[in-house]
Formats: sequence, structure tokens, C-alpha cells
Amino acid sequence: MPAKAEEIVFSAEIRSKAMSDNQLQEQIERYLNGEMSKDERARFEILRAENAEINEKVSEHKHFTGLIKQYGERLELERRLDAIHGEIDVEALEDEYMIHPSFIVRLWRNHHSKISVAASIAIFAVLSTLFFTGYLSNRDRDLQLLAQKVNVIEMKIGTQSGPKKTSHVNVNPGNFSGTGFAITSNGYIITDEHVIRDADSVYVQGNDGKSYKAKVVYTEPQNDIAVLTITDSSFKTLGAIPYGFKKVEADLGENVFTVGYPANSIVFGPGFLTSSLGYQGDSTSYQTSIPVNPGNSGGPLLDNNGNVIGIVDAKQTRVAGAAFARKSSYLLKTLQDIPADSLKKPLTLTSKNVLANLNRKQQIKKIQDFVFIVRVYKQ
Amino acid sequence: MNKESNSGTPTDSEVILGILNNSENVLKRLYLAYFPMVLQLIINNNGDSDDAKDVYQEAIIILYNKVKTGDFELSSKLKTYIYSVCRRLWLKRLSQMNRYGGDIRDFQEYLTVDDETEKQNDRDIQFNKMGDALKLLGEPCKTIIEDFYINNRSMQEICDSFGYTNADNAKTQKYKCLQRLKKLFFQQK
Repeated sequence: MPAKAEEIVFSAEIRSKAMSDNQLQEQIERYLNGEMSKDERARFEILRAENAEINEKVSEHKHFTGLIKQYGERLELERRLDAIHGEIDVEALEDEYMIHPSFIVRLWRNHHSKISVAASIAIFAVLSTLFFTGYLSNRDRDLQLLAQKVNVIEMKIGTQSGPKKTSHVNVNPGNFSGTGFAITSNGYIITDEHVIRDADSVYVQGNDGKSYKAKVVYTEPQNDIAVLTITDSSFKTLGAIPYGFKKVEADLGENVFTVGYPANSIVFGPGFLTSSLGYQGDSTSYQTSIPVNPGNSGGPLLDNNGNVIGIVDAKQTRVAGAAFARKSSYLLKTLQDIPADSLKKPLTLTSKNVLANLNRKQQIKKIQDFVFIVRVYKQ
Repeated sequence: MNKESNSGTPTDSEVILGILNNSENVLKRLYLAYFPMVLQLIINNNGDSDDAKDVYQEAIIILYNKVKTGDFELSSKLKTYIYSVCRRLWLKRLSQMNRYGGDIRDFQEYLTVDDETEKQNDRDIQFNKMGDALKLLGEPCKTIIEDFYINNRSMQEICDSFGYTNADNAKTQKYKCLQRLKKLFFQQK
């Protein structure tokens, strides 16, 4: 035991006193507490000065017992403070001093790092989704062009269920379809450029079910206008065009209508001219309230008197009841722009309008033979 | 402000004198006067009322010890001093708990008081060690040591209450206890 060893060293050093550790400590305590007599004290101080080991023991003992004492005092002080604290109504104070920020602010303050991480992930996910779905490359998404992608299977069923109608005529159901309308009796037909874009071959099918091979004569993509001509050898003539073409702008609120092929049979679409500006202030288009569908693209927009005032073009997907039509003045301008050598047949617009004094039913009856399904094949 | 001597917020010099004279009344008034301020600081910075109590009491103890040891110099308002110490202590705890978001909402002006809280920290470590050592010491040693070194009771009193036949036996017992306590204390890390 080390204490024993120490004892031996001690007793050797302070032989005269034969003092044990126990006694030494008592002496030190009496010395520190000032309980020694004057003589005793003087003797002890000499001993302390002579013997470094004893001196060290004195200060060590002083320090350690001091620490015990302070520890006790600390406990006592804490007990006193706790007692005082017990008298405080902490809850009431808490209510008074708590700043109640809004739920959102608290949420943010407590969880802002988590929220930031979540937001970054969300943004990344949205961006990558948009990127992979090709959204970012298609800027005009809320404007839906009205050419119709034809469901091929549906078309096959249709031809099977109606073999009588289709067996004797030259039916070529395309994989893409729109509407077109004749502008001359010799077979010039107007439709939208986006209907026949990238077409390998184009067929037009009239209300009587007859289908003719056609070819694109001229396109003007910036106005979304295309001019077709019927090239089929079985084609003779259409007869006189019943409608005229309006050269000036139509008025707001005018009663307008269209006929077209959003489905396999011709569909009448009534409405009003609601704005002289098209999508995002486009001055080349009208906005109408006509309910149009894919397949209506390229159909004629007619006014009350049966004048063509525009070509149905697109609708806004996020706004109900907004369909756009290219103004007829652009159609006329397009016709003038066609180079003369690409016209094999004369292209002369009729100036006669025979629809003016007819009611709507009679007008449609006359018009429907001049409106075609434009069927387009493309890879 | 109530200037009466036994209620309301004590003046700064009253506090100093009161602590030096061990005045229970001043300590109580001091405690009651500034606790709301500290509570406001803590509960609006991610803490609860128990945190506020701990931090506030630690600050009061720091003040108390500084005044007792005579090295307290009042260079600002006592209120500012207490607020600053609490603020410092709370920031330290927040970062220990990884709850410190980089900013703290302040309600008072404050000073830098780093070294005072550091000193306090060393002291706390020593006291914790002492507390643990005393617990490990067991009875009757613990009571003998506490009675003699903390409560200043005489050996004769201790001898009587423990039923030792003579004071020398009690002294021997106390000596052994103290040796063991030292051993336990210094063994701890």
C-alpha cells in the first residue's frame, strides 16, 4: 500500500515527532483553522519552512478541503435559488414573453435546413421531369394546334363496319387529319400548314365520301396556311364556290360559324367573334367562342352572310372557349404570293357570294360539299 | 421603480452589498427581478423554461462568486451583465446541442463575457467530480465529511451523533474518509 510506504518515509524524516499521517493531518487542520497555541504554531511554521513535503501537504489539504467547502456552498446556493424559483409562476411569464410568430415562420425557423434540402430536391425533380418529357423544348404548349392525330385502330374498325360505303371509293384513311375548304371549282383547297407539315402524301375526302389524291402547292408556315390542289384523275369539277372572301376585318361580336371534320362526319360549330387579336395579342388572328376540337384545323370561319373571314387554326388549352382563326386577309395575301409557275391551273377567286340571304341550314347545305377532310400520311 | 429596501428590483449596489452580507432578501429580489428577461431570451431562441432556469441560475452563481471573491467590477448595468452572461451560456448550449441556427433573437444590449463563463465551466467540472466522489464514498464517510468540512460541525458533535466511543476514533475515521475521498476525486477523469 503506498500510504504505508509514505508513512515510513515520513516517520524517517520527522523522527523526533514520530508523527503518523493521521496526526500530521490533524496538525495541519489545527494549523489552518488557527487552533494552535502560539508556540505550537511557531514550531509548525519552522517545520513547514524546513520540510518542503509537509509544506506541500499543507497547501494541498487547504486546497482540497476548500473545494469541499465551496462545493457545499454551491449546493446550498443552488438550493436557495431553487426555493426562490419555486415562487415564480413560470407558465404565466412564459405566455407573456413568448413571441408567437406565425406558424409558417416557426416552421421555417425550426426546420429551415430540412425545408431547403426538400425544396432543392423538388426543384431538381421538376426540372428533370420537364426535361425528360420534352416540355422545355415546346414553348407554345398552351396553344393546341387542331390537326388531329388519327387513331389507326379506330380507323380500321370504322372501315370494317362500313364496307359498303368505302369499298367502291378510293378511301385512304391517313394517320393525321384536318379540315380543308375549296377556294376554286377546279380543285384548289386551303388548309392549315401544320396539318400537312412533313406529309408524305395527302388525300382529301368530301362529304359524299369520295377521296381524292392531292398535293401541296404552296405553304406559308408563318401564317399557318397551305394551298393544296386535287391531282386525282377521277376529279372533274366541284361546281361554283358558294362563299365569298372578306378582304376587310370582321367586327367584334359578329355571329360566326365553322364547319369541319373533328369527327368522321361534318360538324357545325357556331359562335361569336370575341376578339380581333389572337393568342397573346397576335394581330393576324381572330379569337372566337366556337367550340373547336382537333380536326377542325384548316376549316373555314364564316360570317353571318357566308363570307370566309378566317381559317380555324388553334385553341388555347388553358382557357375555355377560346379558339383562334387566321384572318382571311392573310389568306388572300398568301394566294398572291404563290409563284405563278407552281400553278398548273388558274387560281381565280369567285367574287360572287350566293349565301347572303339564306338561313344557316341552307348555307351549311351549300357549303358542306366544299369542305373536305384532309388526310395526311407521314412517317 | 420601487426603491423600498425589501421589495422590488434592488439597485445594483444593493445587490453587491446584499451578496457580501449573505442577504436572503436581496438574493430573492435580484432573482425575481431579472428572471423574466432571461426567460424571454431563452424561450424565444429554441429553449424552454427549464433551460431558462438552468442558464439563469448559472449566471446568478457566476455573479455571486465573483462578488464573493471580490473581483467583480460593475462596468455596466447589472441587468446588462446578467443578460450578457446568460446569452453567452445559452449560445454555448445551443451549439452543444446542434440547435444553433446561426442567429439569435436579442432583447437587450449585451457585452462580451467569454472568460467569465470559461472560468465557471472549469469550476463546474471540479464540483461535478466532487459530487460524484462524495456519492461513491458512501455512508457514514459522506456525512462525516460534509458535517466537518461543509457544515463546520466540531469533532465532538460528530462523535456524539455517530456514537463513537471517543473523539480519537472519530478522528481516525474522518482521516480515512478524507483519504478515500481524495483517491476517488483524483481517480476521475
